[in-house]
Amino acid sequence: MRDIQFKATPTTYDVIIVGSGAGGGMAAYELSKAGAKVLVLEAGQHYDPADPKYITQMKWPWQSPRRGASTRFRPFGDFDAAYGGWDIDGEPYTTAPGTEFKWFRSRMLGGRTNHWGRISLRFGPDDFRRKSIDGLGEDWPIGYDDVKPFYDEVDSLLGVFGSNEGLPNDPDGIFLPAPKPRLHEHLLKKHNKNLGITTIPSRLSILTKPINEERGSCFYCSQCNRACMAYADFSSSSCLIKPALKTGNLDVINYAMVREVLTDAKTGLCTGVSYVDTQTMEEKTVRGSIVVLAASACETSRLLLNSKSPRFPEGLANSSGVVGKYLHDSTGASRSAIIPMLFDRKRYNEDGVGGLHVYSPWWLDNKKLDFPRGYHIEYWGGMGMPAYGFGWGIENINGMFPDRSGNPREAGGYGTALKDDYRRFYGAYVGMAGRGEAIAREDNYCEIDPEKVDKFGIPVLRFHYTHSDHERLQAKHMHDTFEQIIHEMGGIPLSDKPGADRDYGLNAPGEIIHEVGTARMGNDPKRSALNKYQQAHDVKNLFVVDAAPFPLTGR
Amino acid sequence: MKRRDLLKSLGLSSLGLVGLSPQVQAAENILYSGPDKKKKKQPWEPYGRTEDEEAYNAKLLVEQFFNPKEMETLGVFVDIIIPKDQHSGSATDAGVPDFIEFMAKDRPNLQTPLRGGLHWIDSQATKRFGQVFTKCSDAQRLEIVEDIAYPNRKNPGMSQGVAFFSLMRNLTASGFWSSQMGLADMGYQGNTPNQWDGVPEEVLKQYGLDKE
Repeated sequence: MRDIQFKATPTTYDVIIVGSGAGGGMAAYELSKAGAKVLVLEAGQHYDPADPKYITQMKWPWQSPRRGASTRFRPFGDFDAAYGGWDIDGEPYTTAPGTEFKWFRSRMLGGRTNHWGRISLRFGPDDFRRKSIDGLGEDWPIGYDDVKPFYDEVDSLLGVFGSNEGLPNDPDGIFLPAPKPRLHEHLLKKHNKNLGITTIPSRLSILTKPINEERGSCFYCSQCNRACMAYADFSSSSCLIKPALKTGNLDVINYAMVREVLTDAKTGLCTGVSYVDTQTMEEKTVRGSIVVLAASACETSRLLLNSKSPRFPEGLANSSGVVGKYLHDSTGASRSAIIPMLFDRKRYNEDGVGGLHVYSPWWLDNKKLDFPRGYHIEYWGGMGMPAYGFGWGIENINGMFPDRSGNPREAGGYGTALKDDYRRFYGAYVGMAGRGEAIAREDNYCEIDPEKVDKFGIPVLRFHYTHSDHERLQAKHMHDTFEQIIHEMGGIPLSDKPGADRDYGLNAPGEIIHEVGTARMGNDPKRSALNKYQQAHDVKNLFVVDAAPFPLTGR
Repeated sequence: MKRRDLLKSLGLSSLGLVGLSPQVQAAENILYSGPDKKKKKQPWEPYGRTEDEEAYNAKLLVEQFFNPKEMETLGVFVDIIIPKDQHSGSATDAGVPDFIEFMAKDRPNLQTPLRGGLHWIDSQATKRFGQVFTKCSDAQRLEIVEDIAYPNRKNPGMSQGVAFFSLMRNLTASGFWSSQMGLADMGYQGNTPNQWDGVPEEVLKQYGLDKE
């Protein structure tokens, strides 16, 4: 066993940032440009999608021995740009009996921004005052007018394509041109119009036009989840950390798993953080005038709760007791279908950008519905690149359709007739996924497990999370909508409609990877951890800039 | 693809491209990362593995799950599912048995269903024809296959064989259509730099969407 050593670096930084994802990257970018001496601590390894040793973009399926199938190391497939997942060796978490939560973590520079779907939607004016509207959850201490200038700046700085539609709660932006729809997306637009379901160009942070010298523009390989070697999609590592390093004001330490935030017993202010070097298992400390947490909602609350001292016996920034509470993930439910009209399609390159070219923002009025809030719908389909899983389950499909001569076909089979079925059905599938807003609840929370530690000796999180009828009824509505859309397109759903026994197909909490709320912001220090500047009420030189401060997920 | 053509499809002319280095760098990387047809023996080319993944893949590569007799049965079986036709070769031509061998090591929960299924097939062949599946005539093999290839027939005593056949059909399709041969047969035209300008006009017309 290695000796555990405690080492302190001599430098005192102006700002120490924990985490290099969307929040940490932006903080590092802005602060280092402004002249502050900044240190970013990242628990995972270095990553640069333009460096051949990391590149998975433009690889062919046969270049992976498992043809792109998922592994424990890459839950979204062998080419996906997320190192980590729901299950990381030596970094466990627990769930209380009768509850469920799945915690996804990316251990790499840029975090989850490397593989994320690049969907870049603004919160609308109503999202900041939901409690005032429907009595549930909590209002934000800020409003849309406060954040609009920053949204505008981000649009210009990072590049988002989309279209200005003048929708009341899906604000317009400063958009790059949106790509034209694929064939199934044309059909969705046409049929959704008949159903009154708003379907507009998606809003993704992908450069359909160059915006600066540092980043290239999209060449339409549809693989943003593999991260772009031309930096044409936004990721924190490529678009924020990289330029921030050029200022000379930023240091980044990889393999730095932060154990706790250090405070001065007298002043109660942060003095720095301690971390474990995951390569050598050495314990280290760094000093800083300001500490910014951006480790992801749950990891940030874990850090705060683990940073106990006589002065802060309940953990740091937690005199209100809200840290870890009000945890919620987006709701999710999905369905797919086959569209006979699309059998035997003419072949052409239909890759497009990574992900959907059109989506449906929430289009209904809750006053007429049995659940609060709402959801948007994402779509998939088209003539994508075959990989592991291609044609899986054809025995459930090919018996439904007569052959080209109109003769009945028997489900399953083998040989040249089967081989031809795969060709015939290629590109005839569509899928849709609802992503909506759950209601934040005090009794959905994470806390420190009293018994377990991870391999670094850091106490782990224990989750308590259940869905309520708000979420279940929303999922039910999603499936009703999916069936309407599928039938309107003349399609056949590929699975049964999930009933109450299966929570109407609602994804398990954490599976959508939109978790927020565990150190919420507010004006009342008794009911929130952070003020409207995301600064801890209790500790003036501590800030949180990931999604922990969000009172809600939005939809 | 030639460098010049690649740069063009990335939206750059081959002249005056100095300004946008990320695009040019991407072009170099794409050329670098394309499949190298000369290196046939290497099981797979580098594709951006982390250290943990590299070690895991290497460990799987030296292991062998199926014995030679099982591999032989596997080969016969996958070619019944996806045979050669006028468009492309058979499943074994596309390397499907090696792919299934790898998946069995990568996903240990596949091991018992696959090994057990192969032996179930041999026991059927022995019962019916007094010899293992690979020694049977084509007609004898198909007699067994006909009994398990159609899930809706519900032949008595065949349900385990049906489940095995469905698993084999799905693994064979995955392996075949994701191979170089499979992609070419399917007519997949992507994974190449291009300028997306929407669905071709004649396709929009075909579906009555040109006026939308």
